[in-house]
Amino acid sequence: MQKSLVIDADKCTGCLQCEMACSVHAEGVFNPSKSRIKTFPFHDEGIFVPYTCTQCDEAWCLHACPVEAIQLNRETGAKEVINDLCVGCKVCTISCPFGTINYNADSGKVIKCDLCGGDPECAKACPTSAITYVDANWTGYDKMKQYAAKAIPGQPAS
Amino acid sequence: MSWTKKVLRVNLTEGTCKEEPLNMEWVEQFLGQRGLATKYLVEEMDPAVDALSPENKMIFITGPLTGTMASTGGRYSVVTKSPLTGGLACSNSGGFFGNEMKNAGWDMVIVEGKSAAPVYLNIQNEKAELLSAEGYWGKSAWETEEGLKAQHQDPLLRVATIGVSGEKGVLYAAIINDLHRAAGRSGVGTVMGSKNLKAITIRGTKGVGNIKDPARFFQATQEAKQVLAENPVTGEGLPALGTQVLMNVINEVGGMPTRNWQDSVFEGAGKISGEAMLEVRESDGKANLTRNGGCFACTIACGRISTIDPEHFTVKDKPEYQIASGGLEYEASWALGCDTGVDDLDALTYANFLCNEQGMDPISLGSTIASAMELYEMGVISKEDTGGIELNFGSAEAMVAVCELVGKGEGFGAIIGQGSKRMCEKYGHPELSMTSRGQEFPAYDGRAIQGIGLGYATSNRGGCHLRGYTIASEVLGVPIKTDPADADGKADLLIAFQNATAAFDSAGICIFTSFAWTLENVAPQLDAACEGDWTPERLEELGERVYNLERQFNYAAGQSGADDTLPDRLTKEAIKQGPMKGQVSQLAKMLPEYYAARGWNADGTIPQETKDRLGL
Repeated sequence: MQKSLVIDADKCTGCLQCEMACSVHAEGVFNPSKSRIKTFPFHDEGIFVPYTCTQCDEAWCLHACPVEAIQLNRETGAKEVINDLCVGCKVCTISCPFGTINYNADSGKVIKCDLCGGDPECAKACPTSAITYVDANWTGYDKMKQYAAKAIPGQPAS
Repeated sequence: MSWTKKVLRVNLTEGTCKEEPLNMEWVEQFLGQRGLATKYLVEEMDPAVDALSPENKMIFITGPLTGTMASTGGRYSVVTKSPLTGGLACSNSGGFFGNEMKNAGWDMVIVEGKSAAPVYLNIQNEKAELLSAEGYWGKSAWETEEGLKAQHQDPLLRVATIGVSGEKGVLYAAIINDLHRAAGRSGVGTVMGSKNLKAITIRGTKGVGNIKDPARFFQATQEAKQVLAENPVTGEGLPALGTQVLMNVINEVGGMPTRNWQDSVFEGAGKISGEAMLEVRESDGKANLTRNGGCFACTIACGRISTIDPEHFTVKDKPEYQIASGGLEYEASWALGCDTGVDDLDALTYANFLCNEQGMDPISLGSTIASAMELYEMGVISKEDTGGIELNFGSAEAMVAVCELVGKGEGFGAIIGQGSKRMCEKYGHPELSMTSRGQEFPAYDGRAIQGIGLGYATSNRGGCHLRGYTIASEVLGVPIKTDPADADGKADLLIAFQNATAAFDSAGICIFTSFAWTLENVAPQLDAACEGDWTPERLEELGERVYNLERQFNYAAGQSGADDTLPDRLTKEAIKQGPMKGQVSQLAKMLPEYYAARGWNADGTIPQETKDRLGL
């Protein structure tokens, strides 16, 4: 069964534990600037939004890569960067509509979320469950349940 | 090892930025942050210098856990000589500035001298330079951060800056980072202003590595996070209500200083409490609390992000304040509210915004306004003095008007900006200043809660709750419940809190973890991260060493045992009403016990044998 990262911005406090978990897993150092997931504070509105790759099925980055350095992991569904093949041309960073694949000047390669091989560190590190890793076919489960609960007698209709 | 082992030394007089190695011998004795910076200051600077002269130095410093995944591991401290107290200033802040300094590869930044013209220090990893801040002088902390990010075309830049109050010599000016986190107390922002240093900008991309035993570190930090999550204070109370969880609790105990400590129960506490911040208002259907905001790596997230009722008189025609920003902490809500008799939640939130915008310590500000209100009602201060403000207790309009003036250092605000000790002396009533060592007390009545009163008298940075938070034991029952009204055993209790706190404050983590953690929880994290054996016992001794060193600094700066005192209002004027009616602080009983338990002489000096034992 494939799983997906699900992000609920309403629960995020902006603590960046996800960014540290990501960077230490991928790079061996606590370094938000090397994280594959990024949390955006919208100060004036008082909201924090974690954002990362959604692992598109028809992934723009994968198709754009001229050297086939981005490949599908059939088990996890992740589009993974094969470092040995990546030439750092950055075409994928231009092609991605969401900006979730980025160039790392230190390595000369691009970096993106690879779902940590099926056990994403960001979801494990999140103290408020703003990031979860759930059945890819049921990412709407919690929201559905929330609306379904309105059928319970005595619940306010809205 | 977790230290970068690099110090950035900035000389503003000469305009130089130089790298030097961290003194690892001192690290062994003082760990980092609060302890280590104090050691550097004591070794490098004569504590007798004028705090606002070029001879004073400022140290911005991280701890070994800063920048790691350890919960709350994002702290930094600013250590310097305080213009408010004349003693040691050590102010600690969260947000995202400390971790950025570490990510840029620096454990600490030492700032010396004075620049001829306004400058800011720009740090981009190993590169550091002083740049002109002429365009930011006269600007608020909010305008400065926004401007610097735009100028550098870098939204990820981290900024610590002073507002206008720090430029104008308000003696309790704070340093604001990330718009609403503050190195708040003792006038560290005033020192920055006196040096013509407007801001420090940092961008660090090097990361924090070199963890001694990564596998053990993950294990230790994970276990410690679990302890925080399962604790009723750090896992429930603080996330739900922030530090404002205390408003109703302290009021019910009968230890809520009200109207400049004339009363000890505030009838309006419920209206300005954490619970009140959750209530949906009629005008826009929203609550005061917009969201919980976590500092870097914090799994508690006590920070409040608030919005003011757009119909409220403070912001009605000011869209720039109709935003979400840093909301009320308990101490700010108390000082600006209970102590001034103001029970208007939106007015307090607005005043809190002003404190963040212009960089002011809300505790000292609110408390100074409160003593001015008492002087006004006595007829000592008139409308001529205040510039037309009717400075009565309970007036939200007056409280807010004064905050606006202090923020800009204008008119009557310049007088309030000198703090309550100097202000009350100026008007001939020094007894109305609720301070020790010249710094305003926080939100707990030392008559009702004996241990915290002793804490105020012996705090190395003057009136303060964060040097030894005995409230945890005396009110909340952490780690064990003691009777707040009983002075017995409070000397030992306070010393245990003071020493442990100094160790927490030297590690790079937030003291709020200590509601759930003891040094038994901190030591395994440090030991896995850092070289050397870090045990709870070693940390406790380190804390005691730091506390004694700070006191040595204060003595060399001209303080003495005579400064370990409280105003007569606390020791002689009994509480008038509420559960603690009739109580006074039993400081005279507790202080000798405290000195003896500390291993100090009867006059408060530190004998050689205690110094020898601690390696001082």
